[in-house]
Amino acid sequence: MAGKTKGLLAIGAAVLVTAAFVWNGAMAPAQAGDAPKPVLIKAVKGEQCVEDNDFMRRNHMKVLNHHRDETVIEGIRTKKYSLKECINCHASEKTGSVAKAKDDFCVSCHSYAAVKIDCFDCHSTKPQGPMAMHPLNAETAHYKHKLAAGAKQPVSVDEMARVAQ
Amino acid sequence: MSEMKPNHEAAPPLESAQRRRFIGGAAVAAGLTIAPGIVLIEVAHGRPEDQPASAAVRWGMLVDATKCANGCDECVSACSTENGWTPVAESRHPRQAPQWIRKLELQDPLTQMQTNLPMMCQHCAEPPCVDVCPTGASFKRADGIVLVNRHTCIGCRYCMMACPYKARSLVHEPLNDTQKPDVPRGIGCVESCTFCVQKVDRGDGTTACVEACTASGHNALVFGDMNDPDSEISRRLREIPTKQVRADLNLNLGVRYHGI
Repeated sequence: MAGKTKGLLAIGAAVLVTAAFVWNGAMAPAQAGDAPKPVLIKAVKGEQCVEDNDFMRRNHMKVLNHHRDETVIEGIRTKKYSLKECINCHASEKTGSVAKAKDDFCVSCHSYAAVKIDCFDCHSTKPQGPMAMHPLNAETAHYKHKLAAGAKQPVSVDEMARVAQ
Repeated sequence: MSEMKPNHEAAPPLESAQRRRFIGGAAVAAGLTIAPGIVLIEVAHGRPEDQPASAAVRWGMLVDATKCANGCDECVSACSTENGWTPVAESRHPRQAPQWIRKLELQDPLTQMQTNLPMMCQHCAEPPCVDVCPTGASFKRADGIVLVNRHTCIGCRYCMMACPYKARSLVHEPLNDTQKPDVPRGIGCVESCTFCVQKVDRGDGTTACVEACTASGHNALVFGDMNDPDSEISRRLREIPTKQVRADLNLNLGVRYHGI
């Protein structure tokens, strides 16, 4: 009986070792650089993010989480760390979204880092209607930039919308 | 002192966009700050976007059921458009479709008198949904608006059981990016009327249903600050008899009905 068990164990060990070699062989090419690198398309609107790129790459989730609690619970709706504003700037020109195609801004990094986010189960991935200064929804986007740049006081949503029409 | 009191005299004649800018200006002038964090005079309308909702305000609604028209559902469709929920009639599963506001037609069995009224979250001062929520997702904001924090809602539906007004619903199916940018909502979370919190925070001082009711000429709905004695809703509440639905529960409702 003992001999039989030993034999089985030996066979088991052999199978495991072989499997490990095969596994290693299969994985080798992937490690050589086949994983799709994230595509970082420059934001359509605006020149500079609300913080440095390095800071945002490491900490965007922290500022977003903090801002979300302030907004939902207290009703503070400043634009600086608002997810809506991220989307307004970073929606891709092709899909008009930050998470629709696999190389859209949010998704491309998160799939590379294997981080599953559920923001877009609830939040819209697209910028808002005519207001978003986005080439997708207005050929007159450059007028809006000029309007915003030249204005002495903050330009309201309504005024922006009127330019588009 | 007159410039400290925002918008009452000057507001009505101005065209809406102008008026909004004027209110914004008035709010800056009136929100008198002597040091960071210390505000002498709080302003209900046109709250600056970096200020939290204030407990000095209590948003409320008055429903005049005598003016609410039979067969009219302008308020319901306006709510669905503003907040992005599918109207029940268009839903594939009408019995479980989310419904933030609904029209009720009541009939007195003795006299056959018909009453029409919209029913939605009553924004209780003592909300049972908040009492029962196991995660704290159901909460009352400082200005009296009862909301669901979808980041903490686990979809247990205890609040739906607790609500005496059947005001809440659960999103059963994925919404596939059909949400409005201003109104995030999604599968597995409970939701209900928010008094159009996105509009309130923007300083509109009204809700989609009230706008629609006024635009259709029925004028059955009034929205405003019940803590401000000069607001239209406070004035009307002083003048006409109103009721709270299930007043016996002593929940101090934010929605009051006249003519029921």
